Amino acid sequence: MSDANVAHEAHEVVHRHEPPKSFIRKYIFSLDHKVIGVQYLMLALAAVLVGMTLSILMRFSLTWPDMNWPIIGMIKPDQYLALLTIHGTIMVFFVLTTAPQGGFGNYFLPIQIGAEDMAFPTLNMLSFWVTLVGFIVLLMSFFVTEGAPIGGWTAYPPLSAIASAGPGQGTGMNLWIISIAIFCVGSLLGALNFITTLLNMRAKGMSLMRMPLTCWAWFTTAVLALLAFPVLLAGGVLLFLDRNLGTSFFVPAGLYIKDVIQPHAGGSPILWQHLFWFFGHPEVYIAILPGMGLTSHVLSTFARKPVFGYRAMVFAIFAIGLLGFFVWGHHMFISGMSPYSAMAFSILTLSIGVPSAVKTFNWIGTLWGGKIRFKVPMLFALGFVSLFVAGGITGLVLGQTSLDLPMHDTYFVLGHFHLVMGVAAIFGMFTGVYFWFPKIFGRFMSERLGRIHFWITFVGVYCIFIPMHIMGIVGMPRRYSRFAENGQQIYYFLESLHPLVIFVTFAAIITFLAQFIFFFNLFWSMFKGKKCTENNPWEATTLEWDTTSPPPHDNFAGVHPVVYRGAYEYSVPGAPNDFVMQTDPDEFGEHEGSGDGHNGHKH
Amino acid sequence: MGTMVTSTEKIAQTKIGLGEGKRPAGPNGGGNGHGKHGDESSSRFTPLKYKIGMWVALAAVTMTFTALTSAYIVRANSSNDWRPIEMPRILWLSTALIVASSITFEIARYALKRGKSSLYNRWLMLTVMLGLAFLASQLMAWRQLVAQGIYVASNPHSSFFYVLTGAHGLHLLGGVLGLDYLLLRSWRKGYEEHAEERRQARVNSVALYWHFMDGLWIYLFLLLFLWR
Amino acid sequence: MGRALAVIIWLLTLASVVLFLSGWWFPTTITEHGPRVDQQFLITIIVVGIAFVAAQIGLGWMVWRYGANSQNKDERALYTHGNNRLEVLWTVITAVIFISLAVMGQRVWAQLHFSDAPADAFQARVTAQQFSWNVQYPGKDNKFGRTDPTLIKEDENNFIGLDDRDPNAKDDITATTLVLPVNRPAELILRSKDVTHSFWVPQLRFKQDLVPGMEIHVHFTPTKVGQFQLACAELCGMNHFSMKGTLVVLPQDQLNDLMNLPPTQFQPKLEELRGKYELGMIYDEKGTKIGKSY
Repeated sequence: MSDANVAHEAHEVVHRHEPPKSFIRKYIFSLDHKVIGVQYLMLALAAVLVGMTLSILMRFSLTWPDMNWPIIGMIKPDQYLALLTIHGTIMVFFVLTTAPQGGFGNYFLPIQIGAEDMAFPTLNMLSFWVTLVGFIVLLMSFFVTEGAPIGGWTAYPPLSAIASAGPGQGTGMNLWIISIAIFCVGSLLGALNFITTLLNMRAKGMSLMRMPLTCWAWFTTAVLALLAFPVLLAGGVLLFLDRNLGTSFFVPAGLYIKDVIQPHAGGSPILWQHLFWFFGHPEVYIAILPGMGLTSHVLSTFARKPVFGYRAMVFAIFAIGLLGFFVWGHHMFISGMSPYSAMAFSILTLSIGVPSAVKTFNWIGTLWGGKIRFKVPMLFALGFVSLFVAGGITGLVLGQTSLDLPMHDTYFVLGHFHLVMGVAAIFGMFTGVYFWFPKIFGRFMSERLGRIHFWITFVGVYCIFIPMHIMGIVGMPRRYSRFAENGQQIYYFLESLHPLVIFVTFAAIITFLAQFIFFFNLFWSMFKGKKCTENNPWEATTLEWDTTSPPPHDNFAGVHPVVYRGAYEYSVPGAPNDFVMQTDPDEFGEHEGSGDGHNGHKH
Repeated sequence: MGTMVTSTEKIAQTKIGLGEGKRPAGPNGGGNGHGKHGDESSSRFTPLKYKIGMWVALAAVTMTFTALTSAYIVRANSSNDWRPIEMPRILWLSTALIVASSITFEIARYALKRGKSSLYNRWLMLTVMLGLAFLASQLMAWRQLVAQGIYVASNPHSSFFYVLTGAHGLHLLGGVLGLDYLLLRSWRKGYEEHAEERRQARVNSVALYWHFMDGLWIYLFLLLFLWR
Repeated sequence: MGRALAVIIWLLTLASVVLFLSGWWFPTTITEHGPRVDQQFLITIIVVGIAFVAAQIGLGWMVWRYGANSQNKDERALYTHGNNRLEVLWTVITAVIFISLAVMGQRVWAQLHFSDAPADAFQARVTAQQFSWNVQYPGKDNKFGRTDPTLIKEDENNFIGLDDRDPNAKDDITATTLVLPVNRPAELILRSKDVTHSFWVPQLRFKQDLVPGMEIHVHFTPTKVGQFQLACAELCGMNHFSMKGTLVVLPQDQLNDLMNLPPTQFQPKLEELRGKYELGMIYDEKGTKIGKSY
């Protein structure tokens, strides 16, 4: 692009940082944030493949409980619960937390703010390797005596604290805690890096209110991770001591398990729930915020319009992040905690819907009056908005104390959080992959395959998760390994749901299979995709489109970019193109330098 | 063609701290103020990086100990089996040692600031010694308790005592390693850009960490034995 | 492409709405507070439904209307950075709606949780264990006998560790079925022997965890007679899915007869009474069938 060249001439040229030569330093123990970002993405890809397979096995077991499957045999109740625990843990920690933040954030945060690398490259590398070790430790739990833990990803004690409380609660549970503790350390190192980088390494002219919304989202996510993971780590340490050294932080006196009175006294199971959900609720925003940022970014790019209400979007991200720390109690309405604090938690929870609604309005406002180009990343970003609304809005039901009473721990909750923090966040990742693929690999992914993938997945996830809400209203409890035994329904009030259960399973199988179109497209395009020779194939404005695809080792080939305007200057009247890059120093009539996040500017 | 600008009004255009007020025509519209590497050909080193990094790390440490100590307070009030252990006397010694180490560190820093390198090394060494002595003293406290038959699982207060002192000890060990790194750096100087600036920045951030650990210990000490 | 997407979004929205509207999915409630929960649910789901449909229609409309024109590539999009008045407006409106919902949702909660059970409430202790339910009734003296986990002897049918040296325990009845009188406040004292469980009868419209080390009191008034299934709603181990129990709500006189029997005759009489009521059907306070509960 000619603009980019003009822009580059304006920059001061300084010496380049040469990339390391050896294969190991370049691709394995690399200090380059881009390589680390791709490593994180590959880890998430491996993890999502495992997590997704586990979920399909769970659907099989629920729908045909007595079936003898080839290779795996019949899925026994405890095996189902092990699948469930590891599915949840893998998805929440190793997919939803790693890919949007560790993957895309690592790759693009430094580039988008015009930095050469992260502030602490060595810590960055450590953060990835630590996380990988955590993943391996988690998978090891499948291969120890009695297998993986069965207590769910929330690991409520005493079930998780007493080894004899169930199969998998021995060695498997210990491995789970160790894995999570390792993961916490990795995430903290990452968060430390993100925050410092963003605060300290922005290019000349990149004021906070000129940053792309992706950067705001990654920054807020990093702050949430920084404040939430230490609490989980502390809780994990206490739980580990309860299990292995006989302390009684979470285990009360007089537990009678497997004909034995347990030698603990006075602990509080609710204490764990408080510690866990103090981390657990911000965690759902850790999963979704990067997707929100990216959606804003992509909607603006492909609608050829500035983000509607940039400043409101920034405030909304902050408000969600902040309120996220004061609502953890809504996971515990039925736990036996104080009913008065439950009331406060409920009101705070519903107020978190306000910034979420503001974001939705602004997304729709961004599309309004646009000239939308329906490329695959745009399709997924639009899908994100639709799914975020569909999943998020039932939070208004669950956040109310009195409605949580019937809905808690039913399929209603499953439908809600899978749509909003699972599928919507995953749509955010798909958006990221299709959008940034040309930048990362210098090739395009196939549009045709991408579209097929989108249509099946978008319809598929609606078919899977909307019916779950109905199941929940009828009263179907979650975490049941089967609803029928020997062909007999166990609960009469769930009998009528059987056709719906089968429908969901088939929808899940089709959606599952459609993901292989994506995997094929991804790996095929890496080597055989159409070459992307330009810097800025999408005609976008932010700094990552100012450098080659893929970017050189030091991102801008020894040039320090200088930023002259806000991140989303599309369709500026008087400008030669319908996009003006952040590094473009030209002025255009009365609109020069606008888009600093001021709504409603006019001179 | 077909373009129009919606007329919108200014409502509540409050400036937030770091944002840029006026519409800039040039590149000076904000940024972080460190983009002054125009003419010098250098990598982008800023001492601020270490400082921010350390504060951010300390925020995480703070959250860890906040979680542990709020668990401590909740647990103390949630059951009737709370029997505080007798404080091992040697903890007074520990406290004195760690406070002294903060002072010696400051003296070292002062020496460095005035360019007295060997004096700096000596005081830094002393700080390391005091840090190690603190850890030894903590271990002695553990041994004293063990000798009395008080173990991790004996009662909730002893559990928390071991957990909190253990976690603090581990963090302090990290600080000792940081000090060792500083010593190593000042004995084996290699060439690097901005050597003196970098050195100062490293010393400052280790110092920040060290004093934080000092303060953290005093907080834990008060909580464990003086707060009832 | 844009139009296709708009149509798909609208179709999915329509399908979701039709699915929700195709029935009153809740099982029929049998408690006094139940109708109010249902009412709050109805209000909320209407608000949620309107917001859901409006957002999806809006999204679909933007996608339908504002696709790029391939004929005229020079045409540009609207250049606007937003509208502060609009931002303030929709922030305030959503805040008012959402917070009103939250406040309204507290009424039933307050009724259930902010007051103690009335003095004349019928009491029963429910003790959960992996993977079954135990119920202890105080008997004629209206006093629960002491329990102690060290006295639990499952092979002698003492599942809750009832201390038979305690005089209050002499007339206590222990059973696996929860029996409650109709139209009289019931107070349950919820305990757990091992791990956390949750008390869940869909028709009662509430759930409550049974947390080991805690004794949690809940109270409510059943208004219909019948037999209902009791399920565990908190993951409690391998056979969590089969932790099934029964709640029987009886007319007052039948319950009095039952509770005045000596503990040994309790079970046979209960079986006899259960024979009168079909599982999942609801009956009025005299025992006349009204309809299905699910």
